[in-house]
Amino acid sequence: MTATSGKLMKGATGDWEVVIGMEIHAQVTSKSKLFSGASTAFGGDPNTHVSLVDVAMPGMLPVINEECVRQAVRTGLGLNAKINLRSVFDRKNYFYPDLPQGYQISQYKDPIVGEGEVTVELDGGKTATVGIERLHIEQDPGKMLHDQSPSLSYIDYNRCGVALMEIVSKPDIRDAEQAKAYVTKLRSIMRYLGTCDGDMEKGSLRADVNVSVRKPGGPLGTRCEIKNINSISFIGQAVEAEARRQIEIIEDGGVIEQETRRFDPDKGETRSMRSKEEAHDYRYFPDPDLLPLEFSQAFVDELKAALPELPDQKKARFIADLGLSPYDASVLVAERESAAFYEGVLEALADRARDGKLAANWVINELFGRLNKEGRDISSSPVSASQLASIVALIGEGTISGKIAKDLFEIVWSEGGDPRELVESRGMKQVTDLGAIEKVVDEIIAANPDKVAQAKAKPQLAGWFVGQVMKSSGGKANPQAVNDLLKSKLGI
Amino acid sequence: MTDLTSMTLAEARKGLADKTFTSLELTDAHLKAMEEARALNAFVMETPDQARAMAREADAKIGKGEGGPLAGIPLGIKDLFATKDVRTTACSKILGNFVPTYESTVTSQLWRDGAVMLGKLNNDEFAMGSSNETSCFGPVGNPWRREGSNTTLVPGGSSGGSASAVAALLCMGATATDTGGSIRQPAAFTATVGIKPTYGRCSRWGIVAFASSLDQAGPIARSTRDAAILLRSMAGHDPKDTTSVDIPVPDYEAAIGKSVKGMKIGIPKEYRLDGMPAEIEKLWGQGAEWLKAAGAELVEVSLPHTKYALPAYYIVAPAEASSNLARYDGVRYGLRVPGKSIGELYENTRAEGFGAEVRRRVMIGTYVLSAGYYDAYYIRAQKVRTLIKKDFEDCFAQGVNAILTPATPSAAFGIGEKGGADPVEMYLNDIFTVTVNMAGLPGIAVPAGKDAQGLPLGLQLIGRPFDEETLFSLGEVIEQAAGRFTPVRWW
Repeated sequence: MTATSGKLMKGATGDWEVVIGMEIHAQVTSKSKLFSGASTAFGGDPNTHVSLVDVAMPGMLPVINEECVRQAVRTGLGLNAKINLRSVFDRKNYFYPDLPQGYQISQYKDPIVGEGEVTVELDGGKTATVGIERLHIEQDPGKMLHDQSPSLSYIDYNRCGVALMEIVSKPDIRDAEQAKAYVTKLRSIMRYLGTCDGDMEKGSLRADVNVSVRKPGGPLGTRCEIKNINSISFIGQAVEAEARRQIEIIEDGGVIEQETRRFDPDKGETRSMRSKEEAHDYRYFPDPDLLPLEFSQAFVDELKAALPELPDQKKARFIADLGLSPYDASVLVAERESAAFYEGVLEALADRARDGKLAANWVINELFGRLNKEGRDISSSPVSASQLASIVALIGEGTISGKIAKDLFEIVWSEGGDPRELVESRGMKQVTDLGAIEKVVDEIIAANPDKVAQAKAKPQLAGWFVGQVMKSSGGKANPQAVNDLLKSKLGI
Repeated sequence: MTDLTSMTLAEARKGLADKTFTSLELTDAHLKAMEEARALNAFVMETPDQARAMAREADAKIGKGEGGPLAGIPLGIKDLFATKDVRTTACSKILGNFVPTYESTVTSQLWRDGAVMLGKLNNDEFAMGSSNETSCFGPVGNPWRREGSNTTLVPGGSSGGSASAVAALLCMGATATDTGGSIRQPAAFTATVGIKPTYGRCSRWGIVAFASSLDQAGPIARSTRDAAILLRSMAGHDPKDTTSVDIPVPDYEAAIGKSVKGMKIGIPKEYRLDGMPAEIEKLWGQGAEWLKAAGAELVEVSLPHTKYALPAYYIVAPAEASSNLARYDGVRYGLRVPGKSIGELYENTRAEGFGAEVRRRVMIGTYVLSAGYYDAYYIRAQKVRTLIKKDFEDCFAQGVNAILTPATPSAAFGIGEKGGADPVEMYLNDIFTVTVNMAGLPGIAVPAGKDAQGLPLGLQLIGRPFDEETLFSLGEVIEQAAGRFTPVRWW
């Protein structure tokens, strides 16, 4: 598989290609921790969700949480990846106060999930494919609190032992946009699956980004790893900043040192954390407290059969069944909640074939537009799926015009109510009675003889009459009927 | 009342059931014996109040006919087992005054069955040692002395306190653990019976870990029957230890006295070491004759990879230990020696908290797991381990029921006599026992005779996985033939 080429970066010596690989740490959605029965609930008082195992009391032993295994397998299936029926837990040994055992239980040589791939959405409806190298499960460490005392550090072990999935991509990503799109897509897949809530503010999803630069088609450059980025936009900024830094060093005749760096979003730059020489020797070896993790193909098949429809499948279905454009379909499926809303609208439509596409336009343009403007998300939308379906159906059946529909949407948004009843009670119905329209047309023609003369000479001026008729009818006149009548009356 | 301490556990069980004496009387007799034997340094913590309370409770239950299989039997607990509300240190300074809020699975099963806890027993620090000399509480004295000598000898290790206390009649039985021979070698040095069951037979939950893939709990007892009674209560599946095995625990005692007629006993030629004392050689031959006389068939077998077992063990065990002991860092419990940075706190705490032998093994373990050395040491040692396991499998596939070997290459030695200049001298104590841990098999040490200086010597029987019953049957044959051995009290 080859990477999709990305945006090249300009340097003094010409164009540079950026090569990016990512390690995503995704917190597994589960009630209890990976190897203990302690709760994973977020936001508890410090050290209230901690078991004897989590803080490594003498003689304590880990016991694998099967739900976390299922979640990892589901995620692997969602990444179209190979599920390894046998995997091994290893100990990654290092000392740090947030790591009570003195080692992290992780998977090193034999991860639970092997190679896979994901399709990511780029601007303009384009896509790129990013290879997945592996996915493994491991323990999250605790959290150091340095701001509680001037002389001491405190540790909160609530998070310690919570299950993480580390998803490692191949170095298939070529620019900041692809990098952001990749994380967006992974998050979307995991949220569809319910395997990770993807909440980057709470630290449920963090990214380590490996960046190197090269002349297009040239040999790979030395990479630097930018650790622990916790927002998608920072990922884009970090990639740009790091690539720019590397290009400048190389163009100044310097050499890139392999090292670990961190991104400072305030200054928009990356800074060195530790060099390769300072890198830990983790002394990985198989954890003798845990047997190899083994399960049957039937176990995998069962999980596979129960998977929900994933964004790519949903997108394909929207395109094939409803004739949506790939772009619109992508927008609708990007978030599970958006897709669910749109499907709620479809559910409420009597004639899906007629109105499905229109409904997509309304969800994307009117609803999302309005939500964005007010900084709300879909879950707090004042307009429900069935209300929006009613509005769309009223347009589709010709009861109201698109213009009136926008007014109706506004009323429903701010006041609520049943759109069909509102159209009745507020007289918003489109006038299709030819007699009534003809009366208005005649009045306007009679009142504007000069305009009539001009229009006869220059037929495109007929538009002025259409506007006047619509204005006079309060926008309710059927535009097609108005056009037809004007054409015959003006003789154009 | 001194009589009460000289019975076997099985005899005491009968006396309690027949109401000849109470558990409180039995317990008090042992508490008194413990007091008088403090020179042995077998107990690092005596819990007389708790013991008497448990004894009273046991007496009440026995009175109501509700006594469990170990009702009222006073036991000693190796300090490696976490005991709720009772200080547990693994005999290391680094655990300081650590008091667990939890009880190990093995000990909780003993209490479930009505046993009484007398206190915590001395052991080598983190079970690392073969003489009990590495304990932060100081060495343990062996109740046995060379004839005509006042030299105090070691009881072996790491379960030295357990072996010494059982041999000196301070407790009716004791828990112990065995990673490379830590039950069987001290049992052999003190004329007690010690069995290391099959890996996975007893839960490791709540036992301070040394080398997780090798550690296994077992009893040290006054007789083969007593060991069988104790193991039945200690063994069993535990969902909290995923390496424990979910198969039923048999009534081991039923195997005592069962005929061994027709059993094939393997005599491994590789265990005939150069320079092995003639009396060990003779004892081994004697043991084989006893089994033959009982109707067993002797066959010479080969365990060709035996010579690699000890070196491989001293890679695998320290590797796991280096990681298992990383949690003792001064951050959450136990000893903390402050420093200017977290790095200094770690260094100061671990330098002061760990003894020399533990530090040595942590360093060996760290070294063999390091990048660039892992394949050459750890991976290769694991390959050796697989070959050792296969040696035994091949042997059992030929119909061999059990393998008879000496338990140790020598009798007990004096405190300070070995390993001072070269730690390997001490490590060689486990030459006959480590293979069994490497293969995960059950092994029992039974007293079989004495050397020329009057010190006890033991024989080892190695069994098929989860066939502890055969070991008890064979061990009983040797015990019946050799008789029981009791030291002359000098303390």
